[in-house]
Amino acid sequence: MGEWRATNAYMEGPDISSISHVTLSPSRHNHVPGYSLPLSRSSYSVISAFCTEDNVPQSISYLNQELAVLGLSMCIEASSSEGASLKAVPVLNAMYELLQINKRNMCALEEMEKEQLKKLSTLEHIQISNSRLKDQLELSMREKSGLHETERQLQLKIKTLQSCLKTEKEEVQKLQSIIASRASQYSHDAKRKEREAAKLKERLSQLLVDRKERKLAIDVLNSLGRSDGKRSMWKTAKLSASHESEMYKTLLGDYETSRKALILENAELKKVLQQMKKEMMHILAPRQQSTSGATAADDSQEQVESDEEKAGNTSREALDHSCELAREQLLNSIRQQWRKLRNHVEKLDQVSQVHNQMESNKETIPLETHEDEMERMRQEVQQCREFIHAQQQLLQQQLNTSFDDETAALLNDCYTLEEKERLKEEWKLFEEQKKNFEKERKNFTEAAIRLGREKMSFEEDRAAWLKNHFLNATPFANRRRYSSSDGQSALSVRSEPEVRMSSAKAKRSKSPTYTTFSTPKPSRSSPVPSTTELYRTLRLLPDGSCSKHSNRGHWLETSTVEEGHPQIKSNLQARAGEMSIFTFGEDHSVT
Amino acid sequence: MNFSEVFKQSNHLCKVSPDGKYLATCVQYRLVVRDLSTLQILQLYTCLDQVSHMEWSSDSLFILCAMYKRGLVQVWSLEQPDWHCKIDEGSIGLVSSRWSPDGRHILNTTEFHLRITVWSLCTKAVSYIKYPKACQKGIDFSRDGCYMALAERRDCKDYVSIFVCDDWHLLRHFETETQDLAGLEWSPNGCVLAVWDSCLEYKVLLYSLDGRLLSTYSAYEWSLGVKSVSWSPSSQFLAIGSYDEKVRILNHITWKKIVQFEHPATIDNTKAIVYKEVDRRPAVVSDELSLHNITMGSTLFSTQSKYEICPLPVQIPVVKPEPDRANPKIGVSVLAFSSDSRYLATKNGSFQVQSLNWHCSGDSVILLGKDQLCLCYMDTDYEEK
Repeated sequence: MGEWRATNAYMEGPDISSISHVTLSPSRHNHVPGYSLPLSRSSYSVISAFCTEDNVPQSISYLNQELAVLGLSMCIEASSSEGASLKAVPVLNAMYELLQINKRNMCALEEMEKEQLKKLSTLEHIQISNSRLKDQLELSMREKSGLHETERQLQLKIKTLQSCLKTEKEEVQKLQSIIASRASQYSHDAKRKEREAAKLKERLSQLLVDRKERKLAIDVLNSLGRSDGKRSMWKTAKLSASHESEMYKTLLGDYETSRKALILENAELKKVLQQMKKEMMHILAPRQQSTSGATAADDSQEQVESDEEKAGNTSREALDHSCELAREQLLNSIRQQWRKLRNHVEKLDQVSQVHNQMESNKETIPLETHEDEMERMRQEVQQCREFIHAQQQLLQQQLNTSFDDETAALLNDCYTLEEKERLKEEWKLFEEQKKNFEKERKNFTEAAIRLGREKMSFEEDRAAWLKNHFLNATPFANRRRYSSSDGQSALSVRSEPEVRMSSAKAKRSKSPTYTTFSTPKPSRSSPVPSTTELYRTLRLLPDGSCSKHSNRGHWLETSTVEEGHPQIKSNLQARAGEMSIFTFGEDHSVT
Repeated sequence: MNFSEVFKQSNHLCKVSPDGKYLATCVQYRLVVRDLSTLQILQLYTCLDQVSHMEWSSDSLFILCAMYKRGLVQVWSLEQPDWHCKIDEGSIGLVSSRWSPDGRHILNTTEFHLRITVWSLCTKAVSYIKYPKACQKGIDFSRDGCYMALAERRDCKDYVSIFVCDDWHLLRHFETETQDLAGLEWSPNGCVLAVWDSCLEYKVLLYSLDGRLLSTYSAYEWSLGVKSVSWSPSSQFLAIGSYDEKVRILNHITWKKIVQFEHPATIDNTKAIVYKEVDRRPAVVSDELSLHNITMGSTLFSTQSKYEICPLPVQIPVVKPEPDRANPKIGVSVLAFSSDSRYLATKNGSFQVQSLNWHCSGDSVILLGKDQLCLCYMDTDYEEK
C-alpha cells in the first residue's frame, strides 16, 4: 500500500485523490475483485496522461527506474531511437511481472483484510465479553459487600448471644449456690429434727422403763395477791366479750391516732402543694410577659389559662379541701404548671446554648473589653490609692514635723501660696462686683430722684387736672374723658411696654406668664429686698399710710389715680429687673 | 468511766431489776441480790441446783430461778425473804421458763416443746397450752402486757394464738401463711404482729391484733431470707435484716418498703464516717469495723486505745462463710432502733458484736462483744445508717 501511495503522490491529477481514497480506506465489506476494475479504469486514464508522444524516452527511463526499484531486472527499451514504439518482449515481461506483483499484492491484501476482519470480530467478541465480565464483577462485588454485611450482623449476634450465655451461666451458678445453701439448711434442719426425735424416743423408752412418774406440783408458801389488786374473775361469756371489746378498743384507738397523723400530714402536703403551685404560676407569669412578641400569643393564652385556673382553683379549693375533685384539680394544675416550667426551662437552656454557640466569638470580645476595663479601673484605683497614701504621708509629715519656725513658715507659705492667689483673685472679683453694685446703686438713687421729681410734677399735673375737671364739669364730660382717657391710654400705653418689659424681666426670673393687666406674681418667690426699705426711708415710695395704696393692685380700674403708681412701680421694676431685685413688698399682694 | 470491783457470776446471769434499784446475780446455785447504788448485798438465796435461768418479775418484787436439768423453778421474794415457791415440772422436763407481764404467772416450756404450762402464783392454778412451736422466737408479749402471741404448729401447719394475759383467755387463733414460722414480734403499740418465716423463704407477714392479715412482704425468692426483725419504738417502721446483707425498712401505713440499706464491703459513701480503733500496744491486733460499729480495746482496765477517722474509701475485711454449712455467718443479724426512731444500728457479717443497745435518750449506743464493750456517743448532726 505504501508503494502505491508513493507513486500516486508523485502524480498530479484530479484522479489521484480518487485512487488514494480507494487505497487508503479499508473497505471491510467491499468485494475485493471489484477493486481492480475502477483501478484499471483510472490507471488507464492516468497512463494516457503519463506518456505522450513527446516524452517517450523520459517515460521509458522513468519506468525502468521504477521497475528497478520494484526489483525487476528487465528494462524497457525503445525499439528505435525515435518514435513511440517499444521492444515488445521486455515490455511484455515487465507487464507480466507487474501483473504478478499485482496479483501477489492483491492476495496479500485479501489475506490482510481477512485477518483484519477476523481481528475485528475477535475484538468485538472480546469487548462484549469484557462488558459481560465487568457486569459480573460488579455483581460479585455487590454480593461480597452484602455478604460482609451479613457477616457483621452475624458477628454482632454472636456477641450478644455470648453475653446472654454469660449471664445465663452466672445465673445458673447463682442458682446452684442457692440450691446448695438451701440443701445444706434442709439437711441441717433434718438432722436436728432427727436428733430430737431420737431424744424423744430415748425419753419415751426411759419413761416406759422407769414408770416412776414425778407429778408436777407447785409448792407455794402462800398465794400472792394479783399485781393490780383486783380479784380474779370467773371465765364467763361476758368476760370473753369484754376481752373482745377491749381488744377492738385498742385497735380502734390505734387507727384513730394514725388517721389523725395522716390527716395532719395530708394537710401539710396540700399546703405545700398549693404554695408550690402559686410560686410556679408566679414564676411563669412575669417571664411570659417579658418574652418576645413572637410567642406573645401563646403566652397570653397560657396566662389566660393560668388566670382562669387560678380563679377556678381558689374558689373550689376554698370550699372543701377533702373533696376528691378539689384534690385532683390541685394535682392536675400542679402537674400542668410543672410541665410549663420545665418546658420553659428547656427552652431557656436551648436558647442559651444556641446563644452561646452563635455568640461564642462575640462573647470573647466583650469579655476582653470587660477585662480591659476592669484592669484599667483597677489601675485607676491603685493610682488613687497611691495618691491618697502620698497625701496622707504628706499630711503626717506636716503634722509631725517639728521644724524650726523659718522652714515651717516657708513651708506654710508654699502650701498656702495657691490658696492665697485664689483668694486674691476672688478679692478682685469681689471688688469688681462691689464697684458694679455701687454704680448701680448710684443709678438707682438717680433714678429714684428722677422718679421723685417726675412724681412731683405728675402730682402737680394731677392737681391741675382735677381742678380743671371740677371747674369744667359739663355734660360734655365724655369728650373730656376720652381725651383724658387717651391721655390715660397714652400713659397706659407708656406703662404697657414698661409693664411688658418688667413682665419680660419677671419672666426671666422665672415668673409665670401674665397679661398686661394682671398683676405679676413673682412676688411670692422673691425675698423682701432691702432697697424698698431704703426707698421708704428716702421717702421716694409712698408709705402704706396713703389711702391710695389700697387700690394699687387693681390694674383694671380706669381711674388714673392708680395708673400713676403702677407706672412708677413699673419703672422701678424695670430698673430693678436689671438687678433682678423685685420691689414688691407685702403690700403688693395679688388679688 | 469508772468500774466497780468484779463480782462473780455464772451462766451470764446478772440482771438489774426493772425499777433499777437492785442487781441480782447468780453464782452457781446461789442468788445474790445487791443494792445497785451501794452494791451492798441485800439478800442471799440458795437454790436447789445450779441455776440455768434467772429473771426479775416486772414489778421487781420477785425473782425466778429456773433449773432446767432438775425441772425445777424457784421463786424468791425480795420483800419477804421467807416466802418461797417451788414449781416442779415433774418428769416432763423443763426447757425454758419465764414470767408473764403481770409478774404473777410463770410460763414453763416443757421438754421437746410438748406444752407450755402456765402456773398462777395467785391461785395456784395450772393451765396448759398445747403444741407450742420450737423456733427462734415463738412467744412474745405485747409491750403493755395485755396480750401474748404464741406460735403453734399442728399437722405441719403454723398457727398463731393470741391470749389475753389477764386470765389466759384465748382471744384469737389463726393460721399463718408461712412455711416454717421462725419468729413473731408485737409492734410497740400492740396493734400489729409481725410474723416471719424461716431463712429458707423470705416472707414477713403482718397481722392485726384481731387476727386479720394486713400485709405480706417478700423481697426476693430462693436465696436465704430474713435473719432479724426489729420494730421502731414509734411503731412506724419495721426493719428487716436479711442474709443478703441488706436492711429493708417498711412503713406502717402501706407496709411497703420505703428504704433499703446495704452493707457493702467497700465504703465510699461520702456521708459515712468510719472510725478505726488504733491500739497503742502493737502486740494486740485490733479489728476494724465500719461506720459506727467500732471494736473495743483489748481489756477493760488496760491502756486506752484511740479511735481515728479513716479516710474513705475503706475496705472492710470480709470473711466468706463456708457455702455448705447451715446458718452461715453472713447477713444482718442485729438491728437496734434508737428510742426516737431516728437511728438504726445494724451489725452485718461475722463481727464479734453480740448486742447493740441504745440509751433511752437516743444518742448513745453500747456495743457488746464477747469480751469487750464500746460506748458510742452520737453527734445528732450526723446522718448515720
